[in-house]
Amino acid sequence: MQFFFEVLIGGLLSGVMYSLVALGFVLIYKASGVFNFAQGSMVFFAALTFVGLTEHGLNFWLALPATLVVMIVLGIVIERAVLRPLVNQPQITLFMATIGLSFLIEGVAQLVWGASVRGLDLGVQDEPLQWISDTAGINVSKFDLMAAGVAAMLVTTLAVFFNRTRIGRALRAVADDHQAALAVGIPLQQIWAIVWAVAGGVALVAGLLWGARNGVQFALTFVALKALPVLILGGFDSIPGAIVGGLIIGASEKLAEVYLGPYVGGGIEGWFPYVLALLFLLVRPEGLFGEKIIRRI
Amino acid sequence: MFYREAGQFKTTYQADAAIFPIRQDRIAMAVILAVAFVVIPFTASPYLFSAILIPFLILALAALGLNILTGYAGQLSLGSAAFMAVGAFASYNFVLRIPGIPLLVAFVGGGLSAAAVGILFGLPSLRIRGFYLAVATLAAQFFILWCLTKIGWFTNYSSSGVITAQSMVIFGYTFATPQAKYLLVLAIVSVMALAAKNMTRSNVGRQWMAVRDMDVAAEVIGIRLMRAKLLAFAVSSFYCGVAGALFAYAYLGTVEPEAYNLDLSFRILFMIIIGGVGTVLGAFLGSAFITLLPIFLSTAVTFLDETLHFSIASSVASNLELMIFGGLIIFFLIVEPHGLARLWQIAKEKLRLWPFPH
Repeated sequence: MQFFFEVLIGGLLSGVMYSLVALGFVLIYKASGVFNFAQGSMVFFAALTFVGLTEHGLNFWLALPATLVVMIVLGIVIERAVLRPLVNQPQITLFMATIGLSFLIEGVAQLVWGASVRGLDLGVQDEPLQWISDTAGINVSKFDLMAAGVAAMLVTTLAVFFNRTRIGRALRAVADDHQAALAVGIPLQQIWAIVWAVAGGVALVAGLLWGARNGVQFALTFVALKALPVLILGGFDSIPGAIVGGLIIGASEKLAEVYLGPYVGGGIEGWFPYVLALLFLLVRPEGLFGEKIIRRI
Repeated sequence: MFYREAGQFKTTYQADAAIFPIRQDRIAMAVILAVAFVVIPFTASPYLFSAILIPFLILALAALGLNILTGYAGQLSLGSAAFMAVGAFASYNFVLRIPGIPLLVAFVGGGLSAAAVGILFGLPSLRIRGFYLAVATLAAQFFILWCLTKIGWFTNYSSSGVITAQSMVIFGYTFATPQAKYLLVLAIVSVMALAAKNMTRSNVGRQWMAVRDMDVAAEVIGIRLMRAKLLAFAVSSFYCGVAGALFAYAYLGTVEPEAYNLDLSFRILFMIIIGGVGTVLGAFLGSAFITLLPIFLSTAVTFLDETLHFSIASSVASNLELMIFGGLIIFFLIVEPHGLARLWQIAKEKLRLWPFPH
């Protein structure tokens, strides 16, 4: 039973990491209806930029805002150069544009900073927390706990930002209805630029945590693929959905790998989340918290 | 002046519903086919066959399959490479386990197996729409490849998971040279493209387009959604399956399941977007573009390197290629979101008036 809980908690905590990536997708989808496939590349780009800057002698607290600025500029540039000319195109076209964008970002990142694998140390080791191991006999990684804490902080910040600030309210209005938002005088394009900038910031957080865990390397772009089942499980346009979906996917993936994997030959974490999300969608086609679409003629 | 339908009167319904109603189109098509079947086999070099023409045709076939599903029936799929893998491995097993089975029958069998798997993974489309469906089709992509890797029976218990396609023998003739392979692929692709074109012009195709444009409305006017959608998945997967089998037999020779990874799925999706969603011509134009672009870029790099002595480190070059590829895709989407096929359409409109503006 202890083992079960250990796996479960480990899964939940790694699910938080998935949620972090999924959050970036949700923010952009909510505000502009774009399924931004380049989010994974943005995570990679952020982590690589951060590591590159620290290698050039900047310390942590200088590199962090510098990278944040880079990500914000990147977000604004993307909005200007890619999305604005493609306004009102079908969603699939925008989706393809973001795939092209992901190639572009990956190329730029590696061109500027090189393609070698780097480590990233955030000062917290990936080792079990002594106190919990002693009292409950369950190993919980310090690093995972910190990641969960950061994620909680990020979500709280976003929640406050969305609910309490003027820009946040404008963002929600745009998410609800583009035309109505325009009609009451919300500058749509400005809002989109802000959303992309915020998504860039979220990518930075995700990039730091994922980079510290797996090393900063090209494989970091594949975390996007980990976030997609989370996204459809929770619903494309729901921030709580991204969190809850991440927890469900993380926990069930680890449990399945441990209890089901040995019977079928292992390596199932590549597809299990997708099949799980797929089965889930059969019951709720818009995900857990996704907006119900009423279809009329 | 030359491209103009003036004076071509249609006196029967048959003539009116013909696949190429304008004489110039018929002539152009005949010329293209003649060049493809007669001129190219005698003139092209083996490199041109095996590095450019064969993959171009095979991927065009796969793009055609995806275009039926995404372009005509409106169901976005990211799992086309997995259906190609099903076709390839099923064909391999048909040839392996049924002695004396004709190769073409094995290809059809591979296509039908892919169609069956396609229907299975198409079932969720009855409830799920849009990007939810697209992500759900990724389940097919990962699950199928995992099955092919993990279940040894599919690869005949090869220790490395790699299969070697049997030699292609049809009616006692072995298709071994690049020329012969090219002609075989070309013949299959031509027949299937014709079939696709006719399917999309018929009742089935109109049903698909109705479903694409608005499925609720289509249902109201009496189209059976389930049949139309699942048929689209089946036909699309059949095309992908045959393309996958050809990919293994005529192009790669030795294949592992990883050859049909997500990258290939994306490449096929790029082809239909760049070529033009919902056109048969677009599948070919897109495939040509996506196949030629990397070759063109690497040639450009070697050209710079050798003639201008402007050497680029190979890591830089590969990143530059990646960037240019991504950038060009964005550029094309911005300049012509409806794809190359639309450019051709516009060119035809212009040609009708050329050289007189009125």
